[in-house]
Amino acid sequence: MSKVKKKVKLINIDLDKCNGCRACEVICSAFHAEPKYSSNNPARSRIRLIRDPIKDVYLPVYAGEYTAAECMGRDNYTIDGRVYGECAFCRASCPSRDAFKEPDSGLPLKCDMCEGEEEPLCVKWCLAEALTYEEREEEVDEEVAVAEMETGLKALVDKYGLESLVDIMARMAEKGK
Amino acid sequence: MRYAETGYNLEIDLSTGNIERVETDPAWAELYLGGLGTNAKVLWDRVPPETDPFSPNNLLIFSSGLLCGTPAPGANRTIVSTFSPQTLLMAYSMMGGFFAPELKYAGYDKIILRGKSPKLVYIWINNDKVEIRDASHLQGKGSLETAEQIRAELNDPNIQVASIGLAGENRVYFASIEQGRSSASRLGIGAVMGDKGVKAIAVRGTKDINLARSAEFVQLCNEVLDYIKFRNANPIPGVMPILAGLGSPQEMAVYDEKWHTENFMWGNARIRRRDFWNEEIEKQWEETQKKVRTRLISCFNCPMKCGATISVPGLPTYMMKCFSKLTYTMAAYSDLQFGFEIAQRATEYGVDGFSAPQVMAFALELLEAGILKESDFPGMPADNEGRFYWLLDRIVRREGIGDVLANGTYWAAKEIGNGAEAFAHNTIKKHEQLPLKLGMLNPIYFLMYSTGEKINITQIEGQFPQAPFATMEEKEAFVKDWIQVPDDRFKEYFLKWDFRGEYSMPFYPGVQACCEIVDWMERMHYIDDALGICAGLSSFPLKPPYHIHNYPKIIGAALGIELDADGLTKIARRNRTLVRAVNNRRGMRRADEKPPENHWKKRFPELEKELLDAYYAFRGFNEEGVPTKESLHDLNLGYVAEDFIKRGILKDE
Repeated sequence: MSKVKKKVKLINIDLDKCNGCRACEVICSAFHAEPKYSSNNPARSRIRLIRDPIKDVYLPVYAGEYTAAECMGRDNYTIDGRVYGECAFCRASCPSRDAFKEPDSGLPLKCDMCEGEEEPLCVKWCLAEALTYEEREEEVDEEVAVAEMETGLKALVDKYGLESLVDIMARMAEKGK
Repeated sequence: MRYAETGYNLEIDLSTGNIERVETDPAWAELYLGGLGTNAKVLWDRVPPETDPFSPNNLLIFSSGLLCGTPAPGANRTIVSTFSPQTLLMAYSMMGGFFAPELKYAGYDKIILRGKSPKLVYIWINNDKVEIRDASHLQGKGSLETAEQIRAELNDPNIQVASIGLAGENRVYFASIEQGRSSASRLGIGAVMGDKGVKAIAVRGTKDINLARSAEFVQLCNEVLDYIKFRNANPIPGVMPILAGLGSPQEMAVYDEKWHTENFMWGNARIRRRDFWNEEIEKQWEETQKKVRTRLISCFNCPMKCGATISVPGLPTYMMKCFSKLTYTMAAYSDLQFGFEIAQRATEYGVDGFSAPQVMAFALELLEAGILKESDFPGMPADNEGRFYWLLDRIVRREGIGDVLANGTYWAAKEIGNGAEAFAHNTIKKHEQLPLKLGMLNPIYFLMYSTGEKINITQIEGQFPQAPFATMEEKEAFVKDWIQVPDDRFKEYFLKWDFRGEYSMPFYPGVQACCEIVDWMERMHYIDDALGICAGLSSFPLKPPYHIHNYPKIIGAALGIELDADGLTKIARRNRTLVRAVNNRRGMRRADEKPPENHWKKRFPELEKELLDAYYAFRGFNEEGVPTKESLHDLNLGYVAEDFIKRGILKDE
């Protein structure tokens, strides 16, 4: 099995240091405006601060993958007596909630770690140092992707049957030419 | 497209229930910026001077500043303007927090309330959808309790709420408007909100705010953040800790209260306890503070942590900032634990943390002096703390003596009579002041106290150190990187300034220099209050990140205009003059412009007259403190001059 190097971009989130100011949302939405910085709107931000000052809940969450369907159930975490509301820790842009969608079009948003900048701007603007950034390299098995794919395909075969899956793949391959 | 501002105000007539979204004049931003400036313009245009603060014709304006909702750090202030039931003059109390940016994202620069609702209501602004909703279920509820309940019933934790407590509902003259960690407390604007029958305003917005030269704007914001980092790493040496850094005085972070407890007055602004602070008290108070303080917190898009979440065991959680931790403590001759406990109730009731404790201490002094009788306080407990709770409960409900006291010390003393007026000794323009009594007249502060339209010294001062530095080395070190000065001569004023001798107060800085220093401080406050930038990052602390040299660039980039320091100075002067004109039209004149008689022990009537004359001349006011026709025309305020001439306030010469 051959190894490949992969850059891992990591944001460390220290909830105890968050001062609740939402500067992360501000600069994120400005950076991702078209043209860059031309407008500002935290509702378009790819980081959202879940904030309940009376209960001392401060939780910055990043937009992850889009999901077409919500989970079968939802979860509430209670940590040190603080209740983090429904699916608070989940990064998905999901039908169950408004977060991580463009407010006008409803299109999903996803954090891109501010591609092209030295560090994600939410980190740069977090003077409280609740958000810090690190990069590291990891060696990973090249096979992993294939293995993942196999698991995914197996799930699809289970659900729809091998025949229909082959048909679809053939059709997609045809289109792709 | 409009830049920085939304270009729309929300006009709500509470008498008829009519709601309108009204486009504003784009020319106003270049003339007045926004916030306080445009509030003053609206009040000038639309509220005739004879209007009673509790008339349906009085307006209550919740305004964002021009830069609220942009990425400018600290641009989060809501400027609430109306006419004060206490001073009968224009009131502009401000709050930080999260309300103003949310209002901008909902698509409005201001909410302008007129009329009176026949029943208690709250207003729900959700982008374009605006409703007036029944609030009978919220009647009598605390301000924070109300906000929490509204967020729960509208099922959105991201809603920002400004609300009043019992004090506002009952039109207490020092009722505040509370907004989570922040409040607009001074001058009784909460009473006007209550009079209009509005328990709360809830707002949620998901729209864009646009910038004209956006890349340049964000670059300037980055420079502001870099300077904040620099200042946080480099506190100013030689001044007390609360003046060394940026932000509001860091009362939630510091424990050393030697300066406040030994220099500010206790009780009804009476007694100075010079040897109060000792190790034991320091240890005890530090422990108290650490025990109740859950977290240091910020306003919208600001890295400073001036506020704190306070959870006193057995009491609901609330939020606090700045000096209210000591105002109740010192008024009641009590300790810090009491201060944190009673502030919880006071915050839910929604009262001003300066006026309320002073009013209560005033009442107890009148009792001690025999002017009020035991029978005026039926059922009041004997212990000091208990008496403060008892009084607070009566005042916010306007029960018995509480009804009289609810009008503040000035009006209460008038009503009580029998010599009570001498006990209402700490007001300016009928409004309670900091409990501060000093020895030698300070000519700079004399001018700010006398002429400040905010009628609240902490909202006027800043920039220039409050006292000279002891050695030339310290002075030179201070001026070396003093980039904020509008002109190098301010460095000279400061370098020469001494504690004793020829260059000491009250005759140094000289009269002209005092006018220039006051002008600089005022200018920065008027700019901040129009932009919605917190004074804690600009006009209030020493060496702030925003100043007269970078502000024109920031405003220019936001609006897409060319602006320099002179242009911005003229706008600030225009706004300052317009606020003055609004007050002049309601009768304010030179005779009203004086600090409490006992503020300084040593007074200098001739020098004080000279200072006031010079300041008025410097400002383009006549000797009565009214802007002259010529200066009004210079500031594009010809319409004010015309009105003044028509009313006989100015002569047509």
